[in-house]
Amino acid sequence: MSNWEILWSARDQFWSGFFSTMEIFGLSISAAFAIGCGMLYLLEGSRPRLTVPLRVFIDGMRMLPFLILAYLLYYGLPAFDIRLDAWWSGVGALAVYHGCYFAEIFRGARLTFPPGQVEAAKAHGFTKGKMFFRLILPQIVMQTRPLLGNQLIYALKDTAFLVIITVQELTAAANSLSGTYFIPTEAFIVVIGFYWAVSVVMEIIIKQCGRFSAKRGFDHV
Amino acid sequence: MFEKSTSESVRSEQTTPERTAPARTAVSIRHLSKSFDGVEVLRDVDLEVREGDVVTILGSSGSGKSTLLRCINWLERPDSGSIHIGGQRIGVNDAGRPMPVRELARVRARTGMVFQSFNLWPHLNVLHNVTEAPIHVLGKSKAEAETHARELLEKVGMSAKADAYPSTLSGGQKQRVAIARALAMQPEVMLFDEPTSALDPELVGEVLAVIRDLSAEGYTMIVVTHEMAFSRAVSDKVVFLDKGLIIEQADPETFFTNPSTERVRKFLEREES
Repeated sequence: MSNWEILWSARDQFWSGFFSTMEIFGLSISAAFAIGCGMLYLLEGSRPRLTVPLRVFIDGMRMLPFLILAYLLYYGLPAFDIRLDAWWSGVGALAVYHGCYFAEIFRGARLTFPPGQVEAAKAHGFTKGKMFFRLILPQIVMQTRPLLGNQLIYALKDTAFLVIITVQELTAAANSLSGTYFIPTEAFIVVIGFYWAVSVVMEIIIKQCGRFSAKRGFDHV
Repeated sequence: MFEKSTSESVRSEQTTPERTAPARTAVSIRHLSKSFDGVEVLRDVDLEVREGDVVTILGSSGSGKSTLLRCINWLERPDSGSIHIGGQRIGVNDAGRPMPVRELARVRARTGMVFQSFNLWPHLNVLHNVTEAPIHVLGKSKAEAETHARELLEKVGMSAKADAYPSTLSGGQKQRVAIARALAMQPEVMLFDEPTSALDPELVGEVLAVIRDLSAEGYTMIVVTHEMAFSRAVSDKVVFLDKGLIIEQADPETFFTNPSTERVRKFLEREES
Protein backbone atom coordinates (compact mmCIF):
# COMPACT_ATOMS: atom_id res chain seq x y z
CA MET A 1 0.00 0.00 0.00
CA SER A 2 1.44 3.40 -0.91
CA ASN A 3 1.60 6.22 1.62
CA TRP A 4 -1.26 8.02 -0.13
CA GLU A 5 -3.39 4.90 0.02
CA ILE A 6 -2.77 4.67 3.74
CA LEU A 7 -3.95 8.24 4.15
CA TRP A 8 -6.99 7.58 1.98
CA SER A 9 -7.99 4.67 4.15
CA ALA A 10 -7.65 6.92 7.19
CA ARG A 11 -9.67 9.72 5.57
CA ASP A 12 -12.32 9.65 8.28
CA GLN A 13 -9.75 10.88 10.72
CA PHE A 14 -8.96 13.88 8.47
CA TRP A 15 -12.61 14.67 8.02
CA SER A 16 -13.34 14.58 11.69
CA GLY A 17 -10.29 16.78 12.34
CA PHE A 18 -11.41 19.14 9.61
CA PHE A 19 -14.95 19.47 10.96
CA SER A 20 -13.57 20.00 14.42
CA THR A 21 -11.31 22.77 13.11
CA MET A 22 -14.20 24.40 11.27
CA GLU A 23 -16.39 24.20 14.33
CA ILE A 24 -13.73 25.81 16.51
CA PHE A 25 -12.97 28.40 13.87
CA GLY A 26 -16.63 29.31 13.21
CA LEU A 27 -17.52 29.60 16.85
CA SER A 28 -14.43 31.47 17.96
CA ILE A 29 -14.40 33.89 15.06
CA SER A 30 -18.08 34.76 15.60
CA ALA A 31 -17.38 35.38 19.25
CA ALA A 32 -14.27 37.37 18.36
CA PHE A 33 -16.29 39.57 16.02
CA ALA A 34 -18.85 40.22 18.73
CA ILE A 35 -16.09 40.96 21.24
CA GLY A 36 -14.46 43.36 18.79
CA CYS A 37 -17.76 45.20 18.21
CA GLY A 38 -18.49 45.30 21.93
CA MET A 39 -15.06 46.71 22.71
CA LEU A 40 -15.44 49.36 20.03
CA TYR A 41 -18.77 50.34 21.58
CA LEU A 42 -17.21 50.61 25.03
CA LEU A 43 -14.43 52.75 23.57
CA GLU A 44 -17.05 55.14 22.15
CA GLY A 45 -17.58 57.04 25.36
CA SER A 46 -15.13 59.48 26.81
CA ARG A 47 -14.82 57.71 30.16
CA PRO A 48 -11.10 57.21 30.77
CA ARG A 49 -11.77 54.89 33.70
CA LEU A 50 -13.18 52.42 31.19
CA THR A 51 -11.31 53.23 28.00
CA VAL A 52 -7.77 53.30 29.39
CA PRO A 53 -7.85 49.78 30.92
CA LEU A 54 -9.58 48.51 27.80
CA ARG A 55 -6.90 49.91 25.53
CA VAL A 56 -4.21 48.42 27.76
CA PHE A 57 -5.96 45.04 27.62
CA ILE A 58 -6.27 45.14 23.83
CA ASP A 59 -2.64 46.09 23.38
CA GLY A 60 -1.58 43.48 25.93
CA MET A 61 -3.35 40.77 23.95
CA ARG A 62 -1.89 41.89 20.65
CA MET A 63 1.61 41.73 22.09
CA LEU A 64 1.13 38.23 23.47
CA PRO A 65 2.00 35.09 21.48
CA PHE A 66 -1.24 33.22 20.89
CA LEU A 67 0.14 29.93 22.17
CA ILE A 68 0.95 31.48 25.54
CA LEU A 69 -2.66 32.60 25.90
CA ALA A 70 -3.90 29.12 25.03
CA TYR A 71 -1.51 27.65 27.61
CA LEU A 72 -2.67 30.15 30.21
CA LEU A 73 -6.31 29.28 29.74
CA TYR A 74 -5.73 25.54 29.71
CA TYR A 75 -2.97 25.09 32.28
CA GLY A 76 -3.13 28.37 34.22
CA LEU A 77 -6.82 28.82 34.99
CA PRO A 78 -7.17 25.67 37.16
CA ALA A 79 -4.97 27.48 39.69
CA PHE A 80 -7.94 29.82 40.12
CA ASP A 81 -10.34 26.88 40.28
CA ILE A 82 -11.62 27.52 36.78
CA ARG A 83 -11.38 24.37 34.73
CA LEU A 84 -12.04 24.50 31.01
CA ASP A 85 -11.52 21.45 28.86
CA ALA A 86 -9.06 21.71 25.99
CA TRP A 87 -11.76 22.46 23.44
CA TRP A 88 -13.29 25.37 25.35
CA SER A 89 -9.89 26.70 26.34
CA GLY A 90 -8.98 26.80 22.66
CA VAL A 91 -12.20 28.45 21.58
CA GLY A 92 -11.98 30.96 24.42
CA ALA A 93 -8.36 31.83 23.68
CA LEU A 94 -9.05 32.32 19.98
CA ALA A 95 -12.14 34.43 20.66
CA VAL A 96 -10.45 36.79 23.11
CA TYR A 97 -7.19 37.04 21.17
CA HIS A 98 -8.73 37.76 17.80
CA GLY A 99 -11.49 39.82 19.40
CA CYS A 100 -8.77 42.22 20.49
CA TYR A 101 -7.37 42.32 16.98
CA PHE A 102 -10.84 43.03 15.61
CA ALA A 103 -11.27 45.79 18.17
CA GLU A 104 -7.99 47.35 17.12
CA ILE A 105 -8.91 47.18 13.43
CA PHE A 106 -12.29 48.77 14.16
CA ARG A 107 -10.74 51.41 16.39
CA GLY A 108 -8.42 52.53 13.61
CA ALA A 109 -11.35 52.97 11.27
CA ARG A 110 -13.42 54.70 13.93
CA LEU A 111 -10.72 57.36 14.31
CA THR A 112 -11.25 58.44 10.71
CA PHE A 113 -15.06 58.17 10.81
CA PRO A 114 -16.55 61.47 9.60
CA PRO A 115 -17.70 63.41 12.67
CA GLY A 116 -20.34 65.15 10.57
CA GLN A 117 -22.26 61.90 10.29
CA VAL A 118 -22.33 61.57 14.06
CA GLU A 119 -23.60 65.14 14.32
CA ALA A 120 -26.27 64.42 11.76
CA ALA A 121 -27.36 61.42 13.81
CA LYS A 122 -27.51 63.47 17.01
CA ALA A 123 -29.39 66.24 15.25
CA HIS A 124 -31.97 63.64 14.19
CA GLY A 125 -32.49 62.55 17.76
CA PHE A 126 -30.35 59.41 17.81
CA THR A 127 -28.97 58.25 21.12
CA LYS A 128 -25.62 56.54 21.47
CA GLY A 129 -26.62 52.89 21.16
CA LYS A 130 -28.79 53.14 18.08
CA MET A 131 -26.38 55.51 16.43
CA PHE A 132 -23.55 53.05 17.01
CA PHE A 133 -25.26 49.91 15.84
CA ARG A 134 -27.23 51.36 12.94
CA LEU A 135 -24.98 54.08 11.55
CA ILE A 136 -21.40 53.72 12.76
CA LEU A 137 -20.73 49.98 13.03
CA PRO A 138 -22.09 48.94 9.61
CA GLN A 139 -19.87 51.49 7.93
CA ILE A 140 -16.83 50.52 9.98
CA VAL A 141 -17.30 46.86 9.05
CA MET A 142 -17.64 47.67 5.35
CA GLN A 143 -14.63 49.91 5.45
CA THR A 144 -12.38 47.39 7.22
CA ARG A 145 -13.50 44.39 5.15
CA PRO A 146 -10.09 43.59 3.61
CA LEU A 147 -8.40 43.73 7.03
CA LEU A 148 -11.09 41.53 8.53
CA GLY A 149 -10.52 39.00 5.76
CA ASN A 150 -6.85 38.95 6.61
CA GLN A 151 -7.63 38.47 10.28
CA LEU A 152 -9.92 35.53 9.50
CA ILE A 153 -7.01 33.75 7.83
CA TYR A 154 -4.77 34.44 10.81
CA ALA A 155 -7.43 33.01 13.09
CA LEU A 156 -7.80 29.92 10.94
CA LYS A 157 -4.07 29.28 11.11
CA ASP A 158 -4.01 29.86 14.85
CA THR A 159 -6.46 26.99 15.33
CA ALA A 160 -3.52 24.69 14.47
CA PHE A 161 -1.78 25.72 17.69
CA LEU A 162 -4.52 24.03 19.66
CA VAL A 163 -3.01 20.64 18.88
CA ILE A 164 -0.50 21.50 21.61
CA ILE A 165 -3.21 21.69 24.26
CA THR A 166 -4.58 18.36 22.95
CA VAL A 167 -7.55 19.59 20.95
CA GLN A 168 -8.45 16.97 18.33
CA GLU A 169 -8.52 19.18 15.26
CA LEU A 170 -7.10 18.97 11.75
CA THR A 171 -3.42 19.36 12.59
CA ALA A 172 -3.83 16.84 15.42
CA ALA A 173 -5.24 14.36 12.92
CA ALA A 174 -2.25 14.78 10.64
CA ASN A 175 0.09 14.56 13.58
CA SER A 176 -1.41 11.34 14.80
CA LEU A 177 -1.43 9.72 11.33
CA SER A 178 2.16 10.70 10.67
CA GLY A 179 3.13 9.26 14.01
CA THR A 180 1.23 6.03 13.51
CA TYR A 181 2.41 5.27 9.93
CA PHE A 182 5.64 7.33 9.73
CA ILE A 183 4.45 9.36 6.76
CA PRO A 184 4.81 12.97 7.94
CA THR A 185 5.30 14.58 4.51
CA GLU A 186 2.13 13.24 2.93
CA ALA A 187 0.05 13.76 6.06
CA PHE A 188 1.03 17.38 6.38
CA ILE A 189 0.63 18.04 2.67
CA VAL A 190 -2.98 16.92 3.03
CA VAL A 191 -3.70 19.33 5.87
CA ILE A 192 -2.00 22.15 4.00
CA GLY A 193 -4.49 21.45 1.24
CA PHE A 194 -7.36 21.74 3.72
CA TYR A 195 -6.11 25.04 5.15
CA TRP A 196 -5.51 26.45 1.70
CA ALA A 197 -8.92 25.41 0.47
CA VAL A 198 -10.69 27.05 3.41
CA SER A 199 -8.60 30.21 3.01
CA VAL A 200 -9.33 30.47 -0.69
CA VAL A 201 -13.06 30.06 -0.09
CA MET A 202 -12.93 32.76 2.59
CA GLU A 203 -11.04 35.09 0.28
CA ILE A 204 -13.69 34.65 -2.38
CA ILE A 205 -16.53 35.28 0.07
CA ILE A 206 -14.84 38.40 1.50
CA LYS A 207 -14.22 39.65 -2.00
CA GLN A 208 -17.87 39.10 -2.92
CA CYS A 209 -18.90 41.07 0.16
CA GLY A 210 -16.82 43.88 -1.30
CA ARG A 211 -19.39 44.33 -4.04
CA PHE A 212 -21.96 45.17 -1.41
CA SER A 213 -19.79 47.94 0.01
CA ALA A 214 -18.50 49.10 -3.38
CA LYS A 215 -22.08 49.80 -4.40
CA ARG A 216 -22.23 52.16 -1.45
CA GLY A 217 -19.02 53.88 -2.44
CA PHE A 218 -16.84 52.31 0.23
CA ASP A 219 -14.21 50.72 -1.94
CA HIS A 220 -13.54 49.61 -5.43
CA VAL A 221 -13.61 45.94 -6.25
CA MET B 1 -58.36 78.44 9.49
CA PHE B 2 -56.88 81.87 8.99
CA GLU B 3 -60.23 83.34 7.94
CA LYS B 4 -61.96 81.76 10.86
CA SER B 5 -59.65 83.36 13.36
CA THR B 6 -60.13 86.82 11.88
CA SER B 7 -63.89 86.55 11.88
CA GLU B 8 -63.93 85.37 15.47
CA SER B 9 -61.20 87.59 16.71
CA VAL B 10 -63.39 90.31 18.15
CA ARG B 11 -65.70 88.02 20.08
CA SER B 12 -63.09 85.71 21.43
CA GLU B 13 -60.47 88.24 22.31
CA GLN B 14 -60.81 87.92 26.04
CA THR B 15 -61.47 84.23 26.38
CA THR B 16 -58.80 82.93 24.02
CA PRO B 17 -56.09 85.51 23.71
CA GLU B 18 -53.67 83.16 21.98
CA ARG B 19 -55.93 82.88 18.98
CA THR B 20 -55.64 86.54 18.16
CA ALA B 21 -52.12 86.98 19.47
CA PRO B 22 -49.32 87.06 16.90
CA ALA B 23 -47.80 83.74 15.90
CA ARG B 24 -46.31 81.74 18.76
CA THR B 25 -42.61 81.70 19.43
CA ALA B 26 -40.85 78.75 17.80
CA VAL B 27 -37.37 79.43 19.10
CA SER B 28 -36.39 81.78 21.87
CA ILE B 29 -32.75 82.48 22.64
CA ARG B 30 -31.83 84.50 25.71
CA HIS B 31 -28.47 85.86 26.83
CA LEU B 32 -26.55 83.19 24.97
CA SER B 33 -22.78 83.24 25.39
CA LYS B 34 -20.13 80.81 24.23
CA SER B 35 -16.35 80.83 24.22
CA PHE B 36 -13.84 78.50 22.61
CA ASP B 37 -10.52 78.47 24.47
CA GLY B 38 -11.07 81.91 25.90
CA VAL B 39 -12.23 83.43 22.62
CA GLU B 40 -15.77 84.76 22.88
CA VAL B 41 -17.72 83.44 19.92
CA LEU B 42 -21.19 84.48 21.06
CA ARG B 43 -21.84 87.37 23.40
CA ASP B 44 -25.17 87.74 25.11
CA VAL B 45 -27.21 86.87 22.04
CA ASP B 46 -30.99 87.31 22.14
CA LEU B 47 -33.16 86.08 19.31
CA GLU B 48 -36.86 85.32 18.87
CA VAL B 49 -38.14 83.30 15.96
CA ARG B 50 -41.89 83.14 15.52
CA GLU B 51 -43.67 80.16 14.06
CA GLY B 52 -43.69 80.27 10.29
CA ASP B 53 -40.92 82.82 10.09
CA VAL B 54 -37.78 82.54 8.03
CA VAL B 55 -34.80 84.11 9.73
CA THR B 56 -31.51 84.35 7.89
CA ILE B 57 -28.31 84.92 9.78
CA LEU B 58 -25.60 86.83 7.97
CA GLY B 59 -22.09 87.82 8.96
CA SER B 60 -18.52 87.29 7.91
CA SER B 61 -16.62 84.08 8.60
CA GLY B 62 -15.88 83.61 12.26
CA SER B 63 -18.69 85.90 13.38
CA GLY B 64 -20.36 83.07 15.29
CA LYS B 65 -23.24 82.35 12.89
CA SER B 66 -22.74 78.60 12.72
CA THR B 67 -22.03 78.35 16.44
CA LEU B 68 -25.31 80.13 17.17
CA LEU B 69 -27.18 77.71 14.96
CA ARG B 70 -25.43 74.69 16.44
CA CYS B 71 -26.31 75.81 19.95
CA ILE B 72 -29.99 75.68 19.08
CA ASN B 73 -29.92 71.86 18.84
CA TRP B 74 -27.15 71.56 21.41
CA LEU B 75 -24.46 70.33 19.04
CA GLU B 76 -22.52 73.06 20.81
CA ARG B 77 -23.03 73.65 24.49
CA PRO B 78 -23.41 77.32 25.32
CA ASP B 79 -21.60 78.61 28.39
CA SER B 80 -24.59 80.57 29.61
CA GLY B 81 -28.03 81.65 28.52
CA SER B 82 -31.06 79.63 27.52
CA ILE B 83 -32.69 78.29 24.40
CA HIS B 84 -36.32 77.23 24.19
CA ILE B 85 -37.76 75.28 21.30
CA GLY B 86 -41.54 75.49 21.20
CA GLY B 87 -41.47 76.44 24.87
CA GLN B 88 -39.28 73.50 25.88
CA ARG B 89 -35.84 74.36 27.14
CA ILE B 90 -33.04 72.39 25.50
CA GLY B 91 -29.96 71.02 27.23
CA VAL B 92 -30.93 71.92 30.77
CA ASN B 93 -33.74 70.31 32.75
CA ASP B 94 -36.11 71.94 35.23
CA ALA B 95 -33.67 71.43 38.07
CA GLY B 96 -31.02 73.37 36.20
CA ARG B 97 -28.94 70.25 35.55
CA PRO B 98 -27.65 68.97 32.21
CA MET B 99 -30.44 67.12 30.48
CA PRO B 100 -30.30 63.29 30.43
CA VAL B 101 -29.27 62.10 26.96
CA ARG B 102 -32.64 60.57 26.09
CA GLU B 103 -34.50 63.72 26.95
CA LEU B 104 -31.96 65.80 25.04
CA ALA B 105 -32.43 63.54 22.02
CA ARG B 106 -36.18 64.06 22.20
CA VAL B 107 -35.85 67.84 22.20
CA ARG B 108 -33.28 67.69 19.43
CA ALA B 109 -35.71 65.68 17.35
CA ARG B 110 -38.03 68.70 17.39
CA THR B 111 -35.49 70.50 15.22
CA GLY B 112 -34.24 69.48 11.80
CA MET B 113 -30.76 70.32 10.69
CA VAL B 114 -29.19 70.60 7.27
CA PHE B 115 -25.39 70.75 7.20
CA GLN B 116 -22.94 72.42 4.91
CA SER B 117 -21.32 69.09 4.08
CA PHE B 118 -24.64 67.16 3.80
CA ASN B 119 -23.58 64.36 6.16
CA LEU B 120 -25.79 61.74 4.58
CA TRP B 121 -25.23 58.19 5.82
CA PRO B 122 -23.43 56.58 2.87
CA HIS B 123 -24.31 52.96 3.65
CA LEU B 124 -28.02 53.69 3.30
CA ASN B 125 -29.75 54.52 0.05
CA VAL B 126 -31.64 57.77 -0.41
CA LEU B 127 -34.97 56.39 0.77
CA HIS B 128 -33.46 54.78 3.85
CA ASN B 129 -31.52 57.92 4.72
CA VAL B 130 -34.90 59.63 4.94
CA THR B 131 -36.71 56.84 6.82
CA GLU B 132 -33.90 55.94 9.23
CA ALA B 133 -34.65 58.44 11.97
CA PRO B 134 -38.47 58.35 11.70
CA ILE B 135 -38.37 54.56 12.15
CA HIS B 136 -35.62 54.26 14.73
CA VAL B 137 -36.06 57.50 16.65
CA LEU B 138 -39.76 58.33 16.32
CA GLY B 139 -40.82 54.69 16.18
CA LYS B 140 -42.90 55.01 13.04
CA SER B 141 -43.81 51.91 11.08
CA LYS B 142 -41.72 51.16 8.03
CA ALA B 143 -44.66 51.58 5.68
CA GLU B 144 -45.71 54.89 7.15
CA ALA B 145 -42.15 56.23 7.13
CA GLU B 146 -41.62 55.18 3.51
CA THR B 147 -44.84 56.76 2.30
CA HIS B 148 -43.92 60.00 3.99
CA ALA B 149 -40.33 59.77 2.72
CA ARG B 150 -41.50 59.36 -0.87
CA GLU B 151 -43.69 62.44 -0.55
CA LEU B 152 -40.76 64.43 0.77
CA LEU B 153 -38.41 63.17 -1.94
CA GLU B 154 -41.04 64.24 -4.46
CA LYS B 155 -41.11 67.66 -2.84
CA VAL B 156 -37.34 68.10 -3.15
CA GLY B 157 -37.30 66.62 -6.65
CA MET B 158 -35.38 63.48 -5.72
CA SER B 159 -37.97 60.72 -6.02
CA ALA B 160 -36.28 59.27 -9.10
CA LYS B 161 -33.18 58.63 -6.99
CA ALA B 162 -34.87 56.89 -4.07
CA ASP B 163 -32.83 53.71 -4.56
CA ALA B 164 -29.51 55.41 -5.30
CA TYR B 165 -26.67 55.56 -2.81
CA PRO B 166 -25.33 58.96 -1.69
CA SER B 167 -21.91 58.41 -3.27
CA THR B 168 -23.54 58.48 -6.71
CA LEU B 169 -25.24 61.85 -6.21
CA SER B 170 -24.09 65.37 -6.97
CA GLY B 171 -23.66 67.85 -4.12
CA GLY B 172 -26.93 69.57 -4.91
CA GLN B 173 -28.77 66.24 -4.96
CA LYS B 174 -27.19 65.18 -1.69
CA GLN B 175 -28.26 68.42 -0.07
CA ARG B 176 -31.83 68.02 -1.30
CA VAL B 177 -31.91 64.53 0.17
CA ALA B 178 -30.52 65.94 3.42
CA ILE B 179 -33.38 68.45 3.46
CA ALA B 180 -35.91 65.66 2.96
CA ARG B 181 -34.23 63.67 5.73
CA ALA B 182 -34.56 66.56 8.15
CA LEU B 183 -38.18 67.25 7.12
CA ALA B 184 -39.07 63.60 7.73
CA MET B 185 -38.77 64.24 11.47
CA GLN B 186 -41.59 66.78 11.15
CA PRO B 187 -39.52 69.31 13.03
CA GLU B 188 -40.92 72.48 14.51
CA VAL B 189 -37.99 74.42 13.17
CA MET B 190 -35.51 73.76 10.38
CA LEU B 191 -31.91 74.81 10.88
CA PHE B 192 -29.77 75.34 7.79
CA ASP B 193 -26.03 75.69 8.33
CA GLU B 194 -24.63 77.26 5.16
CA PRO B 195 -26.50 74.75 3.02
CA THR B 196 -24.99 75.92 -0.28
CA SER B 197 -21.44 76.79 0.74
CA ALA B 198 -19.98 73.43 -0.28
CA LEU B 199 -21.72 73.37 -3.65
CA ASP B 200 -20.48 74.14 -7.14
CA PRO B 201 -21.94 77.49 -8.22
CA GLU B 202 -24.26 75.91 -10.77
CA LEU B 203 -25.78 73.62 -8.13
CA VAL B 204 -26.57 76.35 -5.62
CA GLY B 205 -29.78 77.34 -7.36
CA GLU B 206 -31.54 73.97 -7.08
CA VAL B 207 -31.00 73.85 -3.33
CA LEU B 208 -32.05 77.44 -2.73
CA ALA B 209 -35.17 76.80 -4.81
CA VAL B 210 -36.14 73.95 -2.49
CA ILE B 211 -35.60 76.09 0.61
CA ARG B 212 -37.60 78.89 -0.96
CA ASP B 213 -40.48 76.49 -1.61
CA LEU B 214 -40.41 75.40 2.02
CA SER B 215 -40.58 79.01 3.19
CA ALA B 216 -43.67 79.46 1.05
CA GLU B 217 -45.23 76.43 2.74
CA GLY B 218 -44.90 78.07 6.12
CA TYR B 219 -42.01 76.12 7.63
CA THR B 220 -40.17 77.87 10.43
CA MET B 221 -36.56 78.16 9.34
CA ILE B 222 -33.31 79.62 10.54
CA VAL B 223 -30.77 79.83 7.75
CA VAL B 224 -27.11 80.71 8.07
CA THR B 225 -26.03 81.78 4.61
CA HIS B 226 -23.80 83.92 2.45
CA GLU B 227 -26.41 84.21 -0.30
CA MET B 228 -27.57 87.81 -0.08
CA ALA B 229 -30.17 87.75 -2.85
CA PHE B 230 -31.68 84.61 -1.35
CA SER B 231 -31.74 86.11 2.12
CA ARG B 232 -33.47 89.18 0.83
CA ALA B 233 -36.05 87.15 -1.07
CA VAL B 234 -37.12 84.65 1.59
CA SER B 235 -36.51 86.24 4.98
CA ASP B 236 -39.02 87.62 7.39
CA LYS B 237 -36.11 88.79 9.46
CA VAL B 238 -32.42 89.23 8.77
CA VAL B 239 -29.96 89.01 11.62
CA PHE B 240 -26.39 90.24 11.34
CA LEU B 241 -23.72 88.84 13.62
CA ASP B 242 -20.39 90.54 14.13
CA LYS B 243 -17.78 89.16 16.51
CA GLY B 244 -20.43 87.23 18.37
CA LEU B 245 -22.83 90.12 18.78
CA ILE B 246 -26.12 90.65 16.99
CA ILE B 247 -25.56 94.18 15.74
CA GLU B 248 -28.55 94.39 13.45
CA GLN B 249 -31.95 92.70 13.25
CA ALA B 250 -34.43 93.93 10.71
CA ASP B 251 -36.89 93.00 8.01
CA PRO B 252 -35.04 92.34 4.73
CA GLU B 253 -36.13 95.56 3.05
CA THR B 254 -34.74 97.72 5.84
CA PHE B 255 -31.68 95.57 6.28
CA PHE B 256 -30.60 95.65 2.67
CA THR B 257 -31.59 99.20 1.75
CA ASN B 258 -31.22 101.13 4.94
CA PRO B 259 -29.08 99.36 7.53
CA SER B 260 -28.59 101.28 10.72
CA THR B 261 -24.98 100.32 11.38
CA GLU B 262 -21.86 101.25 9.50
CA ARG B 263 -20.58 97.67 9.83
CA VAL B 264 -23.54 96.23 7.91
CA ARG B 265 -23.32 98.96 5.28
CA LYS B 266 -19.68 98.04 4.66
CA PHE B 267 -20.52 94.33 4.58
CA LEU B 268 -23.23 94.85 1.98
CA GLU B 269 -21.02 97.09 -0.15
CA ARG B 270 -18.34 94.44 -0.21
CA GLU B 271 -20.84 91.78 -1.19
CA GLU B 272 -22.14 93.86 -4.08
CA SER B 273 -18.73 94.66 -5.50
